[in-house]
Amino acid sequence: MALFSKLIAKLKRENSFAPADWAQLEKELLASDLGPTLTTNFLSAAKKVKSDNAEAALLEILSNNLALTSREPIVVPGTTTIMVVGVNGTGKTTSVAKLAALYKGSGKSVVLAAGDTFRAAAVEQLRTWADRIGVEVVCGKENGDPASVAFDGAKAAQASGADFLIIDTAGRLHNKNDLMAELAKVKRVVEKLSPINEVLLVIDATTGQNGLQQAKIFAESVEVSGVILAKLDGSAKGGIALAIESELGIAIKWVGTGESEGDIAPFDPNAYIKGLIS
Amino acid sequence: MLDLLTSHFNAVFTSLRLRGKISKGDIETSCEQIRQALLESDVALEVVESFVAQIAQRSIDALALIQPGSNQAKAVFEVVNSSLVEILGGSARRVRFSKNPPTVIMLAGLQGAGKTTLAGKLAKFFADQGNTPLLVASDLQRPNAVTQLQILGQSIGVAVFAPEAGNGVGDPVKVAQAGVEFAKAKQYNMVIVDTAGRLGIDVELMKQAGDIRDALSPDEILFVVDAMIGQDALRTSQAFLDGVGFDGVVLTKLDGDARGGAALSIASLTKRPIMFVSTGEKLGDFDIFHPDRMASRILGMGDVATLAEAAKAAFDGDTSAKLEAKFASGQDFTLEDFLDQLQAMSKMGSISKILGMLPGSGAMKKAIDSLDEGEIIATKSIVQSMTPIERRDPKVLNGSRRSRIALGAGRAVSDVNNLIDRFSAAQKMIKQVRNGATPAGIPGMAGMGMPAIAPKSAAMRPKKKSKSGNPAKRAQEQSQ
Repeated sequence: MALFSKLIAKLKRENSFAPADWAQLEKELLASDLGPTLTTNFLSAAKKVKSDNAEAALLEILSNNLALTSREPIVVPGTTTIMVVGVNGTGKTTSVAKLAALYKGSGKSVVLAAGDTFRAAAVEQLRTWADRIGVEVVCGKENGDPASVAFDGAKAAQASGADFLIIDTAGRLHNKNDLMAELAKVKRVVEKLSPINEVLLVIDATTGQNGLQQAKIFAESVEVSGVILAKLDGSAKGGIALAIESELGIAIKWVGTGESEGDIAPFDPNAYIKGLIS
Repeated sequence: MLDLLTSHFNAVFTSLRLRGKISKGDIETSCEQIRQALLESDVALEVVESFVAQIAQRSIDALALIQPGSNQAKAVFEVVNSSLVEILGGSARRVRFSKNPPTVIMLAGLQGAGKTTLAGKLAKFFADQGNTPLLVASDLQRPNAVTQLQILGQSIGVAVFAPEAGNGVGDPVKVAQAGVEFAKAKQYNMVIVDTAGRLGIDVELMKQAGDIRDALSPDEILFVVDAMIGQDALRTSQAFLDGVGFDGVVLTKLDGDARGGAALSIASLTKRPIMFVSTGEKLGDFDIFHPDRMASRILGMGDVATLAEAAKAAFDGDTSAKLEAKFASGQDFTLEDFLDQLQAMSKMGSISKILGMLPGSGAMKKAIDSLDEGEIIATKSIVQSMTPIERRDPKVLNGSRRSRIALGAGRAVSDVNNLIDRFSAAQKMIKQVRNGATPAGIPGMAGMGMPAIAPKSAAMRPKKKSKSGNPAKRAQEQSQ
């Protein structure tokens, strides 16, 4: 039987590991939120790789699918403007604070704009972070116009010649057209003063297949240039980020790994991929 | 939400219905399709496998038992429906109130699941029912979570117990305990304890949650979970079950387009009922979860029960009674009544939400999504720009009145004309219904959006009764 299946595999130009190996890998990919379609695609691609074992073959395919884009954070001369977006509760405000702490720690000057004027006390939350880190924060009124806060932030950053302006925005579900339009407006208004160089989408590592739709729609409305994969310190593997990167070509740039300001790191593809199938 | 599941299940049953006689092979094919749909909807792998195996076996058993010639697809459909209801936890469960108040509800969950917002929603929900809830701010971790709860409490007029400012300072166990003591002393009959978000694998914080539980012995511990969660639902809910234990589940952010697989995974794994769902950013966007209705929605049968409840709540007794009396006495349905109906309907929520609850709405999903809610507002503004006389008797509307109304509503005259044409058609229809003696149905529903929607769907319009050619018979018919 084994001989026979090896023969068939050879005829199909597939490598010949035990079906049990593949079944196990399929389980792990599915359990990592890669989604059934991508899982099937990756597995059938891996079966065509010449390799010592099934896992190595799969790892090769996975890293090929990740290496498509540059994941260098964008930095420009003068003020680099970053806008952080995402659905509710993914960790936008915390990510903004972490980025600010990171840049501040490397000797850069940072200005924050508290663009989440909707959720109760979100502005306060960012202000508390800013005080802790020791950076300037521009706030508007609660329930005020987020675009005007962001614009004021851009003005302040320009005036003080800051190296980075990081704009926090309110969480919004991507299927709410009016809120997505509001986000596009924030970008438009800020860009009257200076271009937004980087739009980072925060994806919660626990997110399921819905994450792909989130990325698609956010990218349509504000040209997302990178992903922050938050909460990767939990039991979730964050496979949806790979789906986003391989299907939409948006690079994963940062990972969030805790609640303190230092818990952020550049995305490490190898560690991530190993995590997916372990 | 659930659109993907619904459309897949629709496809499966459509093809089964076409079969007539269903073989074992057909069931296997259907089960494979269902497996794929469930996986794409984020149902956990283990749950998918056991669910699919179960419906396959039950379908085969059911088909063996039924009479030859009876509807086989229907039998399979019923198997799937009952399995879904079963997995989702049977009937809806209410919060258990303590015999010795206060009733203590503790919230637990991952970061960003929506606990603090939910605390506000729960408080509003129970306060609206005449309870006196106290919110306790035990999330001392996230910066300004305490402030957030205070603002929420203020906006719904519910007291917030927050002795610690939070931001990493203070002992959440002590705060929770003091909160319950405070509630006892001040005679609040309910305490809702917000806690910090924590990861299932964070041993220290899970222990802290356990300590809060031990200090309070809450009547209900609710596990709050984001509806968009993927396969990790399994590990995380297990970790919370082991770490704190919980009695019920609350699904949040169900107003997104999440596929709702988490509901199936968590309910099936933990055997704990989903008690509430949270469906929006406003504090009123909150519902009791009904497993049977959820199953209906997944299977594309709509959710008429919820629709009827929403209608009952929105159309207050007076308006409906007035309208019924009017209807019975043979008076005309006027634009004033229409405006009342439109206003009541806006209370029920958006048109797309209402239509989404109708059977078969899954198939019209695209059309519903692209529905222009603005049209209702425009229609309202036109009616509101009329004088009372005009509303009661649209016949007085001459050209100059019409252009005045258009100006007032900020619409074109053609819009006004259009509305009046459609309204007259609806008015005629109501007369026909009255004469045709079709029962009025749910009170107040008769006028629901008639001019706005009814002309588009012929199916909803009662057919005009055919008249008999025999004069004597016709007279008899008309007198009925």
